[in-house]
Amino acid sequence: MLTLDRISYRYAGARVAALLDVSLTLGPGEVVGLLGASESGKTTLCLVAAGLAPRTVGGTLRGRLLLEGEDTAGLPIHSLVDRVGMAFSSPATQLTGVAYTVYEEVAFGPMNLGVPRSEVIARTGAALEALRIEALAERDPARLSGGQQQLVGIAGLLALGPAHLVLDEPTAQLDPTGTRMVADALERLAANGASILIAEQKTDLVAELCSRVVVLGGGRLVRQGATAEVLDDPALAALGVAPPARSRLGQALATRGISSNLAERLRSALATGAR
Amino acid sequence: MTVLRVEDLVHIYRGGVRAVDGVSLTIERGERVALVGQNGSGKTTLVRHLNGLLRPTAGRVWLDGQEAAGLSVARLSAMVGLAFQDPDQQIFAGTVRAEVEFGPRNLGLRNIELNETVAEALDAVGLADAAKANPYDLGSARRKLLALASVLAMRTPVLVLDEPTTGQDLAGVTTVRRVVTEAAAEGRTVIAISHDMEFVADTFERVIVMRAGRVVLDGTPASVFGHASWEELQSSYLDPPLAAKLGAQLGLGDTPTDDALLTALAGAGGA
Repeated sequence: MLTLDRISYRYAGARVAALLDVSLTLGPGEVVGLLGASESGKTTLCLVAAGLAPRTVGGTLRGRLLLEGEDTAGLPIHSLVDRVGMAFSSPATQLTGVAYTVYEEVAFGPMNLGVPRSEVIARTGAALEALRIEALAERDPARLSGGQQQLVGIAGLLALGPAHLVLDEPTAQLDPTGTRMVADALERLAANGASILIAEQKTDLVAELCSRVVVLGGGRLVRQGATAEVLDDPALAALGVAPPARSRLGQALATRGISSNLAERLRSALATGAR
Repeated sequence: MTVLRVEDLVHIYRGGVRAVDGVSLTIERGERVALVGQNGSGKTTLVRHLNGLLRPTAGRVWLDGQEAAGLSVARLSAMVGLAFQDPDQQIFAGTVRAEVEFGPRNLGLRNIELNETVAEALDAVGLADAAKANPYDLGSARRKLLALASVLAMRTPVLVLDEPTTGQDLAGVTTVRRVVTEAAAEGRTVIAISHDMEFVADTFERVIVMRAGRVVLDGTPASVFGHASWEELQSSYLDPPLAAKLGAQLGLGDTPTDDALLTALAGAGGA
């Protein structure tokens, strides 16, 4: 369980707060989608939820981050890394830059935590397999494509075995298959009890993966609810969020007022969750 | 008029990875071309040959009838503008304005002409109000739009955009779509790499699918996302847009966009 309790956060030197009074609880095994327009505070909320703000980026935090009900204030960063993991949207930020092979990159986290060697090998193998990138094991991370690097970054995170995960657009550079791999891996982690927060612009992915979504606007939590209910709401676009294809088509169909047998068939295909 | 010709291009990275494996293409002036394919299929490697960031292992590239191998990187960068996937590989200046100014200034623009070019580029991506800001005070989505503005300001005949919509919200995607359409209307050629099949179907007139360093499909969105191509798309680990799938399911033919689907639906006895 991961809890944000009345979080307000201001970056060092910033005139306005990036987050204002945000409260959010992720239960065990719950995958929550974090939506909102650009600069609505999604990345900042991820940094706070992962314990990285203010620890590594400075700034001023009010409110509390709790893990399994325990207040994390004052806990050092190294005591948090296997409790809550963070995936950044840019692989350049995520990767260590010191590993010569993908295998070393993925093994880097657990090695640094002093995990026994046999366990590091097992975890690294499992993480590479989960994202089906075993074939990249001997490649140089710096010479992979952007999408492949993103998968390697997430594999490194899986190898740390964090109890909870915060992901900031983890599939931004991924093709549909890579996105599917990541979604499957997250579903497995959630099934094992991890709480997962995932900031995304890809609402089609959110519709598939998340049971609940929250929407940020200007640093405040402006909307939350069951995924389908929020994503189907025509007011979502006004919050800067593109609806998933299914909702968008349904709304366009309604607007055009086409009525025929075919239109009915389309309507029911959309309602039954066509993908 | 052909602006770009690629003939039997092969690129093998040090270490032996064959990223581009025999690609031949002809692209016309003002064409809007989307390049799609699985991660690691060679899209980025291919486009990096267009402005001399990479040189072919084998094969040839022509720009405006001149062979790229014989052109300096300076000359190539005046012909082909490349916006990177990750804007932080590109951004270096202390203000948004200085960032956008750098390219055209290096091309020799000064004074009014330079100011107009910069203002126009910032305006196109909706960053006119942020001209004095530090790029790193912008969020990642606006930094990406800034990188796009910097490339626009070069006024190159060819624009190459590597995944321009990733991380963009609804407004950002609309901006990118407008930039692509307007640039092509001015006669500039736009080549974009994307995994967003709906953006691709909506915005581009030609879609090229790459798999394992080769071109496996090349045609209009209707044909590439049409039923006849689905097997090939699936082998390339791609999925057609929802509208295309539903159109086929309802027997409405090839409908790659929402608009095409709803128009076909209305035409088939609706309204």
